[in-house]
Amino acid sequence: MATETGAGRTDSEPSGLLGRVRGRLEGPNTIGNSRAYWAGFAVAVAALLVYPYIVGAYQASRFSLFLVYAFLGLSLSVVWGYAGVLSFGQVVFFGVAGYTFGVVSVNFATPAGITGAFLVGIGGGALVAAVLGYFMFYGGVRDVYVTIITLVSTLVLHTFMAQTAGDQWTIGEAALGGFNGMPTIPNLAFGVGGAALVISDVMFYYLVLVLLVATYLGLRVLVNSDFGRVMVAVREDEDRTRMFGYDVRRAKLLVFTLGGALAGLSGVLYAAWGNYVSPGVFELAFASLPVVWVSIGGRDTLLGAVAATVGIEFFRNSLGGEWAFVTVGALLLVSILGLPGGVVPWLDRTYRNLRGGGTTPPTETTDSTDPEVTEA
Amino acid sequence: MINGLNLLFQFLDSFAFVVLAAAGLAIIFGIMGVINLAHGEFIMLGAYATTLASVRLGLPLVAAMLVGMVVTALFGLLVERVIISGWAPNWLGQRLVGRDLMEPLYDRLADSMVATWGLSLIMVQGVRITLGNSLDQIGTPLGNIAYGGFSYSMYRVVLSGVALGVLVLAYLVFTRTEFGMRARATIQDEDTARALGVDTERTYAATFVIGSGLAGLTGALYAPTVTMVPGLGGSFLVEAFVAVVVGGPSVVLGTALAGGFLGGINALVSNLLGTTAGRIALLVTAIVMIRFLPDGITGFVERVRARRQEGGA
Repeated sequence: MATETGAGRTDSEPSGLLGRVRGRLEGPNTIGNSRAYWAGFAVAVAALLVYPYIVGAYQASRFSLFLVYAFLGLSLSVVWGYAGVLSFGQVVFFGVAGYTFGVVSVNFATPAGITGAFLVGIGGGALVAAVLGYFMFYGGVRDVYVTIITLVSTLVLHTFMAQTAGDQWTIGEAALGGFNGMPTIPNLAFGVGGAALVISDVMFYYLVLVLLVATYLGLRVLVNSDFGRVMVAVREDEDRTRMFGYDVRRAKLLVFTLGGALAGLSGVLYAAWGNYVSPGVFELAFASLPVVWVSIGGRDTLLGAVAATVGIEFFRNSLGGEWAFVTVGALLLVSILGLPGGVVPWLDRTYRNLRGGGTTPPTETTDSTDPEVTEA
Repeated sequence: MINGLNLLFQFLDSFAFVVLAAAGLAIIFGIMGVINLAHGEFIMLGAYATTLASVRLGLPLVAAMLVGMVVTALFGLLVERVIISGWAPNWLGQRLVGRDLMEPLYDRLADSMVATWGLSLIMVQGVRITLGNSLDQIGTPLGNIAYGGFSYSMYRVVLSGVALGVLVLAYLVFTRTEFGMRARATIQDEDTARALGVDTERTYAATFVIGSGLAGLTGALYAPTVTMVPGLGGSFLVEAFVAVVVGGPSVVLGTALAGGFLGGINALVSNLLGTTAGRIALLVTAIVMIRFLPDGITGFVERVRARRQEGGA
C-alpha cells in the first residue's frame, strides 16, 4: 500500500521528509494537492494568526466561535461526505459534550478538574455516538432511516433537557436549569495544581485555531489513508464493499464515533466559549446548521466544510437582524439546486479547468478525479 | 371508569394529531420520494390563512378553513414547479443560457431534505417579518362535553372524526380513481408507467398539490387550538416524520396504524407520567421501531404475508 499512498502526488520530490509528509496529506480524497494550494493554505493560516492584532480582542473572541463551529462542520463532513451516513444528530454529541463539560467543570472548578472535564466531555460525545452507532449500524439501519433516527434522537434530548428545571435535576453543584440552561460554566483551563493556564479571549482564539489546523491536517491524513479509502468505498457502494471482505458495520461505527468525538470537541469549546449551554443546542434549527454548512461547502471536502462553516456563520452573524435566516435559507436552496456538489469542489474544478487550458473534459464525479491527469 | 374515558379521549386526540400531521407528508414521501422538511411550515401556512380569513375578512369558520386549504395547495403547486421539479428554473435556463439549471428532486432524499429545509427557514422568517411574532386567534368552537368531574372539548372529538374521514378519503382516492391508479403505477415502476402513457411528471405535481392541500387542511383544523406563532409547524413535523417512517411503504394503512400505535403510547404515558414523558415515549418508541422494523409496520406485514404465501405454495 505504501506505493499507492503517493498516487495523488503531483509535483513534489519523491524523497525527503517534506515529500513524505505531503504524500500522507495528499490523495484523491481531498481537494488541494498542489504547491499552489499549500501556499494558499499557509497564507490563510498566517492571515488568521494576525487577525486578532488587526480587529482587536473583542472581534477575535467573537470570531473564535465560528472556528469552534468548524469542528462540528468537519464532523459531519467526515460522517456524511466521506462515509455516506447523513446524520442530523451531530448536535446530540455536541450538546452532550457541552453539558458534560459543564457539569464536571462546575463540580471540579480547579485547573486539573477543568482539564479533566475537557477530556470527559469529548469522551462523552464519542461514547454517545458509539452507542447510537452500534444500535443503528449493527441493527442493519441504513440510508435515510439513519437520518431519521439521529433527527429523532436530537428531539428526544431537546424535550428531555427542556424540562430539567427542578431541584431534582442537580448533579453535585451543577443545576441543569431546564430551558434556561447552565449559565455558570467556567473558562477553559489546563494544568495541574500551581502550573495552571486559564484560557480566555485571544488565547482561546489561538488555542482553537491551532486545534483546528491540527484537526484539519489530521483528517486529511486519515481520509487519504487505507481506512479513508474504505470509508469512501462504503459511501459509494456498501454491498460491494462488503463483498470485498470489509466489515462495513465496523467501518461506519468507527467513523461515526470519530464524528461524535469531533462534534464533542466542538461542544466542549462552545460551552467554554460562552460559559453557557442550553437546550437550544438540540433544537431543530441548530441541528440543521451543520447540514447547511456542509451541503453548501461541498460535503466530500474537508476544506469545504471548514470554509463554509466559518464563512456562513460570519456572514449570518454580521448580517444579523431579521433577514439573516431568510438569506441563509435562500443561499441553501440556490446552492443545493444549482450546485448539488457544493461550492468548493465547483471552484476547484473551475480553477483547474482554467489552468489546464480546457484540455481536460469537465468531470462529473467529485471524488474520482485524478490530479495527475489534470496537471499533465 | 372515568379514567378509562379520559384515556380514550386522550387517545383519540393523539391519534387525530398524528394522522392529520402525517397524511400530507406520507403521500408526498410515498409517491415522490421527496422528504418535505417544510411540511410543518405548510401546516403553519394553512393555519395562518385560516386565521386571517376568519379574523380579518370575517368569513365563517368552515369557509375560512377551506381558504386555508386552497391557499396551501396553491402554494404547494408553486413550490413543486419552482423547487421540486425545477420546471420554472429550467424554463428560464433554457431561455437565458440554453440549458437546464437543475435536476428534479424526485427520489433524491438527502437533497430534497436540505432544499426544503432552506424553504422552511425562509417561510418561518418570512411570516415573522410580515405578520409579527403572534396573531390574534380564533376561539375553539363547539364548546365542551362534561362527564363526572371532567369536561372535554367537543371540537377535539370532532377532529378525530375528521382524521378518520381523511384516511377513508385517501384510501378511496388511491384505490378507486384513475389518478390513484396512475399514482400507484408510478410508485411501483416509474419507467414502465411512463412507457404505458402515464404522464408521471403531472402525477408528481398533482401528488404534491394534494399533499400540500392536506397539510393546509391540518393547519386549518388546528388553527383554533394552537398558539399562532410562526414556528408552530415544528411541533407537527416531528410526529409526522416519525409516523411516516413507522408506518412504512403503504401510505394510507401505514399512517392509520402508526397513528393508532404511536397515539396509544403517547396517550398512555401522558396519562401516567405527564405530557413531556408522553412525547419522549413516542419518540423513543419510534427509534426502537425503526431499528427493529426498518420497513415500518406495513413493510413487516407484507414480508410476513409473502413468506406465508411461499410456504403455502
